[in-house]
This record gives sequence, structure tokens and C-alpha cells, in this order.
Amino acid sequence: MAETHSLQDMRQQAAVAAKVFIQRDYTNGTVCQFQTKFPSELETRIEKQQFEETVRTLNNLYAEAEKLGSQSYIEGCLACLTAYTVFLCMETHYEKVLKKIAKYIQEQNDKIYAPRGLLLTDPIERGLRVIEVTIFEDRSLTR
Amino acid sequence: MKNCEYQQIDPQALPTPTPTPPHQGDDKKKETKRPRRKWEVFPGKNRFYCDGRIIVARQSGVLPLTLGLILVTSGLFFIFDCPFLVKHLTSCIPVIGGVLFVFVLITLFQTSFTDPGILPRATPDEAADIEKQIDNTGNTSYRPPPRTKEVLINQQVVKLKYCFTCKMFRPPRTSHCSLCDNCVERFDHHCPWVGNCVGKRNYRFFYTFIVSLSFLTAFIFGCVTTHLALRAQGGKGLVFALQESPGSAVELVICFFSVWSILGLSGFHTYLVASNLTTNEDIKGSWSGKTGEDVTNPYSHRNIFINCCSVLCAPMPPSLIDRRGFLPADESAQTAAADIEVPNKSETNVCTQGTKGLLESAALSPLLSTSCPQGKSQTAHPCPDSNPGAVNSDPSPQLSEGCGAHHTASLRGDSSHTHHTKKRSKKCKRAASHIPNPAFDAPAPPTSPDTGSGSKARGRKGASLASLH
Repeated sequence: MAETHSLQDMRQQAAVAAKVFIQRDYTNGTVCQFQTKFPSELETRIEKQQFEETVRTLNNLYAEAEKLGSQSYIEGCLACLTAYTVFLCMETHYEKVLKKIAKYIQEQNDKIYAPRGLLLTDPIERGLRVIEVTIFEDRSLTR
Repeated sequence: MKNCEYQQIDPQALPTPTPTPPHQGDDKKKETKRPRRKWEVFPGKNRFYCDGRIIVARQSGVLPLTLGLILVTSGLFFIFDCPFLVKHLTSCIPVIGGVLFVFVLITLFQTSFTDPGILPRATPDEAADIEKQIDNTGNTSYRPPPRTKEVLINQQVVKLKYCFTCKMFRPPRTSHCSLCDNCVERFDHHCPWVGNCVGKRNYRFFYTFIVSLSFLTAFIFGCVTTHLALRAQGGKGLVFALQESPGSAVELVICFFSVWSILGLSGFHTYLVASNLTTNEDIKGSWSGKTGEDVTNPYSHRNIFINCCSVLCAPMPPSLIDRRGFLPADESAQTAAADIEVPNKSETNVCTQGTKGLLESAALSPLLSTSCPQGKSQTAHPCPDSNPGAVNSDPSPQLSEGCGAHHTASLRGDSSHTHHTKKRSKKCKRAASHIPNPAFDAPAPPTSPDTGSGSKARGRKGASLASLH
């Protein structure tokens, strides 16, 4: 019934109606976490549960990236012994998780958000400050 | 506040990505001959080399001097002292010296050329959104947001300040460096000796640099002393030894005056690492409870080992500014226009004067520690208003107050140049008696009247509170 907008179609044809920004949540310190509060502008577009699930998964992924565990300690000590030259040749743990996050966001956009006329922007493109949700004009309403 | 020249956001001016049909884009394509990289339109005061791979502050500060001193001293060591010591002692000496020297150089370059944790400025949409949120009367208007916002971090109230330059509320522990005109995460200080800010991403390099430099300095000092002592044996005397090996004299002088300041600085930063503090917070006394409230550092893990690991061994955060990324074709034209509109910050003059003033006043008065660094303060500065017995008892909050106000003021680019020099002299006298806290158990350096120490010791400094200017 409802046409599913593909991501490409949307970006090329739809006009941006609004942008919502999910800000950072600093209650646990400087670790990268985003607020899970559901913004009112998205109420008509997506279910609260779905959205909160996305943000929670992102938060968990960022927590994994910054986790202080035995593996990160070993990597850190090794790096120190080599005067941090390993950073020039090796991909860091954080970067690996960032790739995972990028893939997850792409997947979420394709499956869930694009069909609803929404687009999530990877926070890394906004300096890990916000999750930008672009709301496109809903053409189906005009029919 | 000079960087407080708030520019009201015009809602009509917000760029929206309007789709352009392909055939209309041909004109634009002819104008933009090659895709531009993001570092070319970077708004901060940084310089980029190797097509964006290397980033430094606009003013290199005294990095050439730091490099020169390290190279000269080490060079003299390998030329004059090593042959003699290899012959008379052991051949391990040049090996150890070589390893330390390489370590020092690598970490110095990494500190200087790495992005310290710069936060990219808010996009116009984000900035507009922040202002829109503040209004709660139901009208969507755009007003300047309030200066601070309070958040609760680990049951501690922390104020987040709004940065008018970057148009966002600064995350906790982030500070705007007026010299580089960037907000830097976990801002420690701007160090002219390495010519860059020290922040979240390069603090571990900086710490390794000053620790290895203190080992190198102490090692060279020890070797030179041994060398001269061995030469002077048999009643020949020190003068004879110095005549035979003149390079050693130069090394001796440089190392003698540097070792105190570098060791002190390393000790101070070890304390900061162990308590998960930044120089900025320590100077301002953010968590020392001087206001009478029961404040504790909300970022500390309450365990020295975990604090050290989280500061030095945590996963390396990525650079958020994506220097080498390409600008999207439609945005490069927009950002080019935006660049022209960016207002000229009037504190640029203050900052430029600051560095020159640093060197000038250094030349003028050897008593003043111009870089007045936290650790360097422990060097042999004559401190007329304290006696050696009272050194340890001088409470640090006193210093924090004097330095804090100054430091904050300079970070905001408020103080004028003359204000800098006045405050600096006051701070330096107090700084001489500042001992970084009880965690640091090294004996207090003798407050001997070495007037030359100021200018010489500065030479080997790893870091300083150069955000003073």
C-alpha cells in the first residue's frame, strides 16, 4: 500500500521538513551517550519504542568503543612502549567500533527510517555531539 | 568577553539541501576544478601540512627552540661524552641515551602534530536548534541562549558553558582555546613548547614526552658529571676537564637548569593523571572545594590505578574534525562564503602579542618565570615572601585563585597584554611556592637564588601554562 521510499529517492526528491537533534547525555561523565528521550516531532512518524531501541543500541556501541578493559590496557601499554608509533599502522579499537556503528546506522536507515521518511546522520559526522534526524516531507499525505 | 560577539542566526539563511537536477550542476562543476578537503575550510586557527595529515597551532610557539635544545644537548652528549664513557665505563651508555633520545623526539612530534581533540563547530542547523529550544513561551524565535546549563554528572552539579564561537554548549571538561580558536575536549593547557594544545587525544603523548625527557635530562646530567669527574681525577681539576671537553660544559649548564623544571612538571602531571584532573581544572580549583561546598571530582574513578589507566591507556579516541575528508560539492561553495563572514576575533592581537611578550619579558627579567608552568614553578625561583620552611605549607588554593582568574581570563581572551604581564609576575612569585599536592612525594627543590635559572631552565620545558598569553 504505502510506497517505501528508498534512501536514494528520498535524498534526491524529498524536501527537508525539519531536523531534530538528539543531544548528549552527560549523567555518566564524558563517555559518549545520547539522550533516549523521545522527541515530540517524531511522534507522528515512528514508534517511541523503535526509536529508543535505536538510541540505546548506539549508546551500547559507544560504551563498547570506550570500554576500559584488560584488552585496552594491554593495547595502551604496548603502544606506550613503542612510543605510540603503532597508532600509525594499526586501526584502533575505537575506529573498529565506529565502523560497526556506521554499518548499524546504515542498516537502520535502510530498514526502518527511510520507509518512514526519516534519515539518521551518523554522530561522527557531527563531532559526536548530536544524532541528527532529518524529517522529510511526507509525500504520501498529499495523495 | 571578546569572543562573545554573538551573531543572531537568521532562520532564512539556514542552508537546506535542495536537490539540483544534474544538468544545472554543470556550471558549478566548471568552477570547482577539484574537490576540496575539509582542512582547507577549517575555521580554527590551525595550520595543516601534508594535505591535512599534520595539524599544528597557528603560532608554533617555541617548538623550534625546544627541538633545538634537545638536538644540541643530545648531539653534544653523543659527540663529547659517549666516546670517553664507552672507553672507561660501558657501551650501554650511548644505547640507553639513543633509545631515550628517539623516544623523546617521537613523542614530541606526536604531541605537536596530533589533533588534541578539537570539536568541530556546530552546523547552522544545530545552532539554530539550540536557540529555538530555549524559548518556552510557545513562540519559535531565535534568541541568544543562556550562558550556562547545569547537568548532573555522577551526582555532582556541573555547569556547561555556551561557546559563542562554536555555537554549542561545551561538553564537560571542554574548553575553548583562544590561541587556536577551537574548543578542545578534556582541555589541559596550550603548550607553546610543543606548539599545540594538549587535550584528550594527545595528553598521553605529552605525558610520555615529559617523562622521557626528564629521564633523558637526568641521564645526560649524570653521565656528564661522571665524565667530568673521571677526567678531573688524579688532581687534574675540574677546569682541566672542562677544557678538554667544552661541550660537556654546555650540556651541564642546560641540564642542570632543566632537570628541576622537567622533573617537577613530570611529577605534577603524574599527580594530575593519578587523580584524573586536568591542568585547567587544577588551576581553577574546580574540584578542590574552595567554595565551601562539598565538591569532588566527578570524573575520578576513586582508584589511582584505574585513573592512570583511563587517562593513559584508554582506547584512542578518533579525530572528530575529519581533516582529510572531502567536502560535498554543494557545501564547498557555501562554506567558502561562510568563511568570509566569520568575524575577525579581536583577541587575535592579544594572542599574537602574548607569545612575543612571553619571549620579550623573558629576556627582560630572568627572575620571572615567563612560561610559569605548573611544574616549572618548582624550579629555583627566588621567592622573597616565603622561606624554605614555609614552602610546603603554602596552600594551593591560594595559587589556584590567583592563577585561576588569570587562566580563565586568558582562555576567554579577555585580558590585555599588559594585564598578562602584571598577573604573570604576581603568579610567578606565588607559583614558586606551589607544590603539587601530597601525592607527589619528591623533596621540594631548594629555593636557591639562581637568578639565571629562569631563562635557562625554560629551554627544556615540556609544558607550561602558556595559555597565559
